[in-house]
Amino acid sequence: MKIVVLVKQVPDTAEERKLDLATGQLGRESADNVIDEINERALESALRIKDANKGTEVVAMTMGPDEASQALRKALSMGADSAVHILDDSLEGADTGRTAATLAAALRSTGFDVVLAGNESTDGRAGVVPAMVAEHLQLPLLGSLISAEIADGAVSGVRQGDGGTLNVHAGLPAILTVTERFPEARFPNFKGILTAKRKPVATLSVSALEVPASASRTVVVSTVERPPRAAGRKLIDDGTAANELAEFLVVNRLV
Amino acid sequence: MSNVLALIEISHRGEIAASSRGLLVAAATLGSPIAVVVSSEPLADDDVARLGELGAARIYSAVTPAAGTVLVAPAVDALSRAVEAYEPAAVLTTNTADGREAAARLAVRTGGSVLADVVQVRTDNGTVVAQHSVFGGAYTVESAVDGGLPILTIRQGAIEGQAPATTADVSTAVMEATTAGAAVIDRFNDDPVVSARPELRSAATVVSGGRGLGSPENFVLVEQLADALGAAIGASRAAVDAGYIAQTAQVGQTGVSVSPQLYVALGISGAIQHRAGMQTAKTIVAINKDEDAPIFDVADFGIVGDIFTVVPKLVEAIKARSN
Ligand SMILES: Cc1cc2nc3c(=O)[nH]c(=O)nc-3n(C[C@H](O)[C@H](O)[C@H](O)COP(=O)(O)OP(=O)(O)OC[C@H]3O[C@@H](n4cnc5c(N)ncnc54)[C@H](O)[C@@H]3O)c2cc1C
Ligand SMILES: Nc1ncnc2c1ncn2[C@@H]1O[C@H](COP(=O)(O)O)[C@@H](O)[C@H]1O
Repeated sequence: MKIVVLVKQVPDTAEERKLDLATGQLGRESADNVIDEINERALESALRIKDANKGTEVVAMTMGPDEASQALRKALSMGADSAVHILDDSLEGADTGRTAATLAAALRSTGFDVVLAGNESTDGRAGVVPAMVAEHLQLPLLGSLISAEIADGAVSGVRQGDGGTLNVHAGLPAILTVTERFPEARFPNFKGILTAKRKPVATLSVSALEVPASASRTVVVSTVERPPRAAGRKLIDDGTAANELAEFLVVNRLV
Repeated sequence: MSNVLALIEISHRGEIAASSRGLLVAAATLGSPIAVVVSSEPLADDDVARLGELGAARIYSAVTPAAGTVLVAPAVDALSRAVEAYEPAAVLTTNTADGREAAARLAVRTGGSVLADVVQVRTDNGTVVAQHSVFGGAYTVESAVDGGLPILTIRQGAIEGQAPATTADVSTAVMEATTAGAAVIDRFNDDPVVSARPELRSAATVVSGGRGLGSPENFVLVEQLADALGAAIGASRAAVDAGYIAQTAQVGQTGVSVSPQLYVALGISGAIQHRAGMQTAKTIVAINKDEDAPIFDVADFGIVGDIFTVVPKLVEAIKARSN
């Protein structure tokens, strides 16, 4: 079985992230760029299938600038067999529609049984790219899963819905997105880091792919920064703090 | 006035989702709201009346045996038919898993673009403009679609108010069950309905607990304060991971974003990813025994103390004052 994991490099959520006020685009320099944690979890679930079944091939695919190759390197050191980097200056600032059309074209050329992705990225939070890819490829999407069974010929899983969960299934090929309820990812070990350097990374440009042109795109109209919050009163509890807080809530009409 | 489609979510038990109110407010802001509803049986009169009360000028009722058995695809089919029939200026869905997936597929099918996680809408010379709250409210970004249909996913609980009530005209379309290229729903597992507490996303007051609670049993402390304040319950990811409370209560970067009048953080350190979900609250109160906890950087009122001694006293003091 061939599993392609879609990984996105994003600014580390542990740091303060910035938008460029002129363009509304991510300031890539403001925070360190890392593989989105949700994509590490997706990769982990692919690697567990590979651990249990040696015939499994795991491919990490990303669309992003030069530096995104570091995300692929990490995926390879965790245990992916190979990687695909879609790298093209014309993709700078691509919106979700263009990203999905490009990923779909690359997936078509790579081939796969299963695509694993994150339910939403931490920078865009759009949560739409995998479903757009599924529509381009006319495939079923099992989205927002909290658990999954991936077998030859079929996938099933539990989807987090609004007032509860749903059990869902589909035949292969199919696209799955995982949520944070999936297990945390393994760390690359020493052997993984060494062998990653020898694993194949294919670089694809847009001209090598058949990406349908789109007449529609999203544009940023304005970007405004909010002033940060200031800290207020801080009491060290000496036995009376609870009463003072109750008083504060009453005075501010919060009870 | 131009038409605006709003995909109404109906639970498998037939209840109209609470998010429909805000969705129709947004639709009415942009034009004449058409509610698109997918169901396996024709809509009951009650539902038609309710959607009219919520502001739907028209209801496009798609009836198909696939509703409730095929995942998302029936909604996409219904929306693309309605797009053809009504040539809308915009399509709105809720920013739920279902709503986002329907919006995404519709964008590919109709050559439109998605504006995701929208908190407010307006028109500017006929252009639909969407507002987003980015990086936990650190930025307010406005976006629009250049060429093609704008498809907006509206954040639950973000849009307040009520659209003018109407009596909705109903158009019914019978759709065949398409299953090709779609996932199948085998079963619904409803969350047990356990509380009369307000809904987290729209609550005026939220009390959240973190890893500092120490155990699922201790989490009852959060419930006691929440009930004294009439609040909804939230949690940090660490509390969810530790199994103190359901994942749906998670506040933060990868959980729910809340903007209540009052947010109380108990035993929560205030990691940047948690703050991303609550720092737009009007007033923030934090109780934490570590005086260097970053939550105090955003708190209007902080207590450096042990939640197990402070919170019971606080509950008593609030009860005494409200009597
Ligand atoms: C990609 C990504 C996304 C994330 N998304 C989220 C998210 O959506 N929401 C979220 O919350 N986190 C999120 N996190 C996790 C976040 O980084 C923190 O790990 C998490 O918020 C910590 O939760 P906590 O404050 O409950 O636990 P801790 O950081 O362990 O803090 C517990 C606090 O309790 C205090 N305490 C302990 N005992 C007591 C006591 N008796 N009385 C008073 N205080 C006490 C301690 O002093 C400490 O400050 C995310 C992380 C990543 C990498
Ligand atoms: N540029 C990209 N390269 C690879 N995968 C991506 C990219 N953008 C989005 N994805 C995948 O789609 C998921 C959801 O992203 P989004 O729709 O942007 O929230 C991510 O977690 C990734 O798995």
